[in-house]
Amino acid sequence: MAMSVALAHALPEAILFVGALLLVLIGAIRGEKSAPLVAELAMAVLTLAGVAIVVSSKRHGEVFDGAFIDDGFARFMKMLVLVGSLGSLVLSRDYLRREGIDQFEYPILILLSTLGMLMLTSANNLLALYLGLELMSLALYVVAAFHRDNVKASEAGLKYFVLGALSSGMLLYGASLIYGYTGTLSFHGIAAALKSGPNVGVIFGLVFLMAGLAFKMSTVPFHMWTPDVYEGAPTPVTAFFASAPKMAAVAITARVVMSAFPGIVHEWRQIVVFISIASMAVGSFAAIGQQNIKRLMAYSSIGHMGFALVALAAGSEMGVRGLAVYVAIYLVMTLGVFAAILHMRVNGKAVENISDLSGLSRTNGWLAFALAMLMFSLAGVPPLAGFFAKYYAFLAAVQAGLFPLAVIGVLLSAVAAYYYLRIVKIMYFDAPAPAFDPAPFSVRAVLALSTALVFLFWIYPAPIVEAAGAAARALF
Amino acid sequence: MTGPGILSALTFLPLVGVFMLLFVRNDDEAGKNAARHIALWTTVATFVLACLAWSRFDNSAPGFQMVEQMGWAGGGLVYKMGVDGISFPFVVLTAFLMPFCILASWKSIDTRVSEYMIAFLVLETLMIGVFCALDLVLFYLFFEGGLIPMFLIIGIWGGKRRIYASFKFFLYTLVGSLLMLIAIMWMANYAHTTDITTLLQTKFPVDAQKWLWLAFFASFAVKMPMWPVHTWLPDAHVEAPTAGSVILAGILLKMGGYGFLRFSLPMFPEASHHFAPLVFALSVIAIVYTSLVALVQEDIKKLIAYSSVAHMGFVTMGMFAMNQQGVQGAVFQMVSHGLVSGALFLCVGVIYDRMHTREIAAYGGLVHRMPLYAVAFMLFTMANVGLPGTSGFVGEFLTLLGTFAANSKVAFFATSGVILSAAYALYLYRRVIFGKLEKPELASIQDLSMREVAILAPLFFLVIYYGVHPAPIMDASAASVAQLVKSLGSEPGPIKAAALATH
Repeated sequence: MAMSVALAHALPEAILFVGALLLVLIGAIRGEKSAPLVAELAMAVLTLAGVAIVVSSKRHGEVFDGAFIDDGFARFMKMLVLVGSLGSLVLSRDYLRREGIDQFEYPILILLSTLGMLMLTSANNLLALYLGLELMSLALYVVAAFHRDNVKASEAGLKYFVLGALSSGMLLYGASLIYGYTGTLSFHGIAAALKSGPNVGVIFGLVFLMAGLAFKMSTVPFHMWTPDVYEGAPTPVTAFFASAPKMAAVAITARVVMSAFPGIVHEWRQIVVFISIASMAVGSFAAIGQQNIKRLMAYSSIGHMGFALVALAAGSEMGVRGLAVYVAIYLVMTLGVFAAILHMRVNGKAVENISDLSGLSRTNGWLAFALAMLMFSLAGVPPLAGFFAKYYAFLAAVQAGLFPLAVIGVLLSAVAAYYYLRIVKIMYFDAPAPAFDPAPFSVRAVLALSTALVFLFWIYPAPIVEAAGAAARALF
Repeated sequence: MTGPGILSALTFLPLVGVFMLLFVRNDDEAGKNAARHIALWTTVATFVLACLAWSRFDNSAPGFQMVEQMGWAGGGLVYKMGVDGISFPFVVLTAFLMPFCILASWKSIDTRVSEYMIAFLVLETLMIGVFCALDLVLFYLFFEGGLIPMFLIIGIWGGKRRIYASFKFFLYTLVGSLLMLIAIMWMANYAHTTDITTLLQTKFPVDAQKWLWLAFFASFAVKMPMWPVHTWLPDAHVEAPTAGSVILAGILLKMGGYGFLRFSLPMFPEASHHFAPLVFALSVIAIVYTSLVALVQEDIKKLIAYSSVAHMGFVTMGMFAMNQQGVQGAVFQMVSHGLVSGALFLCVGVIYDRMHTREIAAYGGLVHRMPLYAVAFMLFTMANVGLPGTSGFVGEFLTLLGTFAANSKVAFFATSGVILSAAYALYLYRRVIFGKLEKPELASIQDLSMREVAILAPLFFLVIYYGVHPAPIMDASAASVAQLVKSLGSEPGPIKAAALATH
């Protein structure tokens, strides 16, 4: 009985797990030819997991001895993770085939990584956290180097692996300190142990724990891997890196600080504020000089994680709502931008320099318009979705009285606007470069969908904002 | 909860034109003409609708009229529109100027015509929305959203240094506005609403008021623009196409002034009193300094741009005099400046279309070939100087009168700006219009075409009409301004009766 209740709460994870195993079987039996079939089935499995989340009971549940929590927040973030994985899988099909790396392992690795992310999102103690994190990361190391004949991709995979291992070590060290000083692994237990006030050992552990999580969120000062991995990995893999794992990392960070350390908000807030300001600054200034659009998006993602953490720094329900809205909108924007990058192909060869976009408005007006809207949205210009993301994030920070953080944040967002505008300028004001090849339907569909969401969000923001609000309530 | 009404129709009508333009092909002459006609008739229809709204507007009511309110999609956002005597003149002004902008671009814009028209129509929606919005977040959406089309208009259809100018325009305005956004969030948290009518009744603590005032000031001062953050304006004006300059000078600058009147003064009265000396100082510097700068300009558009900064100095000065004459004068000056500077930029556009240069030195003696043009340009120059009998005089006189009541020293220095403005404007006129027609390339220049006469004639008429009969604008704004001044709690002043007698 207990087992069936537990499984009912962990149904999406179970679906992914069983699905991944079955797909390995299919792949092993049918060999290389099965890649398209496995990919399609993987998409179906991801969709099924999403359906399971939507139709599953809305009850709050802690199962597996409290290691696994199924609440509104977890469900919201899991949906984002699944959307990110599904989106990047849709984008990957055509690219992998053209590059000749269309193997059946790829969708399975994505499924396993996604499974890790879902477990991470639902982790309710430090052990489950580590388990989910490593399952997610192991698959990520492999997909980063998936184009193994490519030097850059191998370098990216190796870099990510070495630095990732280091960050896991730090995270484990932090977790062991916290365990040592509180005597428990459970988030609720840690919160209870800290009722009497902060404890130097725990704070020490918290710093290391946050360092490990900051690495996964690619925030400063643990961001060094991001530009190289973004640039080196095959573009659909970059799209995956930029979307799903970020959602999971943000989700677990919010859960850890909110449910394990609610008593020492003042202590962890300093860490979050520092990471946030440093990320916004690096993301804004370092992106200015970039010539490669994937590197630019890497710095952009660093900056955006910084903005998302502005909301988390508030340490309130409003803050978690702002964070959830922010990452949801960021997910849509980033998938759209990577769809546009996958569009960048001249005479069958993928190009990724920003100058290749020159004069795009004349050679491909709709693509230029879509990318321009996404850029304005990333810059946070109203009435596009990116503005609402920043609005709810900064609203929470202002409510919590974090004025210096909010002012620094908006000023840095103006700096960031410069390089987004530069892309618009190159597309609209400059002389045309060679036109891009027609893109496959899947890429155009993702781009159109994400542009439509970004462009029309203001008409009806309620679904996302209210769902995020409900998710935030679950943490308090 | 009331459904959408005339203001929403007015705001979103241009988007109907945008929708039609999406289906216009750009590559042949017929498509370009179709795009031009769609844009023209959309803006004319918007203007007709604005006139209809004007006929319903009740001059005697000080509060908001034609209010519409709808729930908007959760998250604490509300869609609320309404106008009062301060905002309504700007709504009509916007709708009035747009058809001229389209007409002015008829010949001079020949590439990507339908995109150009789309940008202008979207901009019109956003501008009207700014003046109608009665919710802070909604206001901010419209206020900032205008950056995108304007950025593209300057950047795509502008002059040689268009890229520099468009970036400068965008980033200056963005930085100012983002600080205002923080203030908006603070107010939303404090008052638990973003409804402007409620916020107007809210008493904010005095300490907070100062910070909020400064944050709003950062945005509106850039938009106005006030010295020393005015430097984006000459660049943007010079590089923008003619119609872009008209909109910039005619409407976008007025958003700053409108913001002061709608937010800074009534919501933060104590802070406004506290910072009034600062505004006076910046205004006087703007009036005197930018007038001197205008004297030495070589580029006609740049000269007019600097003169705009000087005239906006009168506006801020009049507003922070915080009496009936000053504030009403400021509203009138803004409307009048919208007409006059718009007309001046159209005049520059006329000769630019013929000669493709804005260098003052490239012209001279135009009166011999272009008598009609000389007459029109003279009237608008005189109105810019503030000659009695033109609309420019009424606004300048009232703001100076109001300022004199508040601070006679400021008024003294500001009045010297009137002399300087006469100097630069007449000097410009002499160099362009009078003298011998010596330049060979000017020998065959044509006088105004029918289209150009049709553009300039209504403005010509209105500038004189409002100069001798300013009542339509004065009456519309009187009640709302009186309420604003009363809420500011400043002394009415002994010369109130005299000022009231002038309108």
